Amino acid sequence: MTPTALSVNQLHKAYSNGKEALKGVSLSVPEGSFFALLGPNGAGKSTLINIMADTVVPTSGSIEFLGHDMFSERLWCKANIGVVPQEVAFDPFFTPREVLSMVCGLYGQKPDMKWINELLEHLELAEYADKNTRQLSGGMRRRLLVAQALVHRPPLVVLDEPTAGVDVKLRRRLWDYMRELNTSGTTILLTTHYLEEAEELCDHVAIIDRGSVITSSGMEKLLHEVAGSYLWLRYRDGWELGRADAEALSEFNPRMHEGKLCLTLNRMDLQQSTFHHAYESTVQRLGPPLDAGVCEEDLEDVFLRLTHEDTT
Amino acid sequence: MNLRGTWTLFKRETHRFLKVNMQTVAAPALTAILYLIVFRYAMGDRQVPGMEVDYFTFLIPGLAMMTMLQNAFANTSSSIIIGKVMNVHIYLLMAPLSAIEMVVAFLAAAVLRAVIVATVFLLVLTPFVDLSIHHFGLILVYGLCGSIIMGGMGLIGGMWSENFDSMSMVSNFIILPLTFLSGVFYSIKQLPPLWQQVSHFNPFFYLIDGFRHGFLGVGDSDPFLSVGIVAGFALATVLTCWYLWRIGWRLKE
Repeated sequence: MTPTALSVNQLHKAYSNGKEALKGVSLSVPEGSFFALLGPNGAGKSTLINIMADTVVPTSGSIEFLGHDMFSERLWCKANIGVVPQEVAFDPFFTPREVLSMVCGLYGQKPDMKWINELLEHLELAEYADKNTRQLSGGMRRRLLVAQALVHRPPLVVLDEPTAGVDVKLRRRLWDYMRELNTSGTTILLTTHYLEEAEELCDHVAIIDRGSVITSSGMEKLLHEVAGSYLWLRYRDGWELGRADAEALSEFNPRMHEGKLCLTLNRMDLQQSTFHHAYESTVQRLGPPLDAGVCEEDLEDVFLRLTHEDTT
Repeated sequence: MNLRGTWTLFKRETHRFLKVNMQTVAAPALTAILYLIVFRYAMGDRQVPGMEVDYFTFLIPGLAMMTMLQNAFANTSSSIIIGKVMNVHIYLLMAPLSAIEMVVAFLAAAVLRAVIVATVFLLVLTPFVDLSIHHFGLILVYGLCGSIIMGGMGLIGGMWSENFDSMSMVSNFIILPLTFLSGVFYSIKQLPPLWQQVSHFNPFFYLIDGFRHGFLGVGDSDPFLSVGIVAGFALATVLTCWYLWRIGWRLKE
């Protein structure tokens, strides 16, 4: 079994305004994994990350990081984590190069100019390395934040929506770089709202909603076991599913989505007979549709289904 | 011990005020000199009652100390409040520095700024006045303790404040009156008895009086006795800062 880099146990956080952001979150991030932490806005992702960054104090619970208790061995843990916070902000007095050597120093390391230049190069900031951070665009600032989290070469990098506001091309390159980093042994924990990217990049995933973990597993396992398929049928415009029909088809969990009738099929059941059974039952009850098809759930569908954000 | 980290933070805090040195060093020195000119001509050659010095000479060390105190306060308070408002303070919270390392770095930079500003002020005046030094040790101890106390107050004030408005409330309604009413511009012997008593509860009074004693050899209190009060106050300030930073008072949620 892969050793655990980060083990979060029963973490609770209630803010002073009474909002319970984390309701006993437990998670395990394997060493060397590329871990996606997903959840709708306000699910508690940032609270969890901010607790690791030591900008938020948990109400109870514990975190073990590479065999060290995060709260009693704070300084050791801080020195070995690089956090990219969600909000972009810089001291207005410094240039990117100065920011990076300063962060290096704060982490107790002698600024390694070769590594700093490499980071600036990789994150395409070299041209702006000696300009004031105020002159950087939003995307550049975010990349500088990433560089800042990597400059002390931590074994765990935590990124809170690192690609928000970064254009598609650069986002791709940023991901390539993160992948490279992960391949060389760095454990990466990231939150993102781009689910197709989480699906493409990450090998582990946890979905949290309203302060609790809904599911946490390997990406493939999640997509294999949790993701389903559905059959959709389109009838004439304005057609609605009646209550009696819904009851008759209840074994397929029928629902309307974008004017289509959707019936759930389990991926395991995606054999002709099951599909056929669903299709036949519907046609028998409602008549032949104008159009029909089968779709497989991707991470986004699973996410929406599990976090009850589906509008159907 | 993260000595390099502490040194880096000290350098950052120093860099911050040196980069805008017109505003942080030259301007306060000029303000002090303007006060001096105004009072010089308003008061003429009048002597300070009960002391063998003229008002002008009396004023110089007091103004130098007041400038030190205000600048030490400004350095830490502005750093913390700018950090909070711009949300860059989270990088300090994230850094692997212990509370005492943070406090030491912040206070050392505040002391450095205070010393630089006071030195510039005194150097500019040297050609025009005869600046005698009665006891350099007193100047050093009082200057150091005063800057530490005010640097610490700045840290605490910055942590307490939510925005620039509440910050300026602290500096204008607490710090400014305390420094102005501490005997910079008068000897407390000139005050009614009640206010003389009250002045003895103002820590800034001891700071200014002791510092001035170092230059002039005269003052309102025994400077060697007051060293205890001042050093104790400095220690208490440092400990308070350390404790508040440790619990992340008004910095962490």
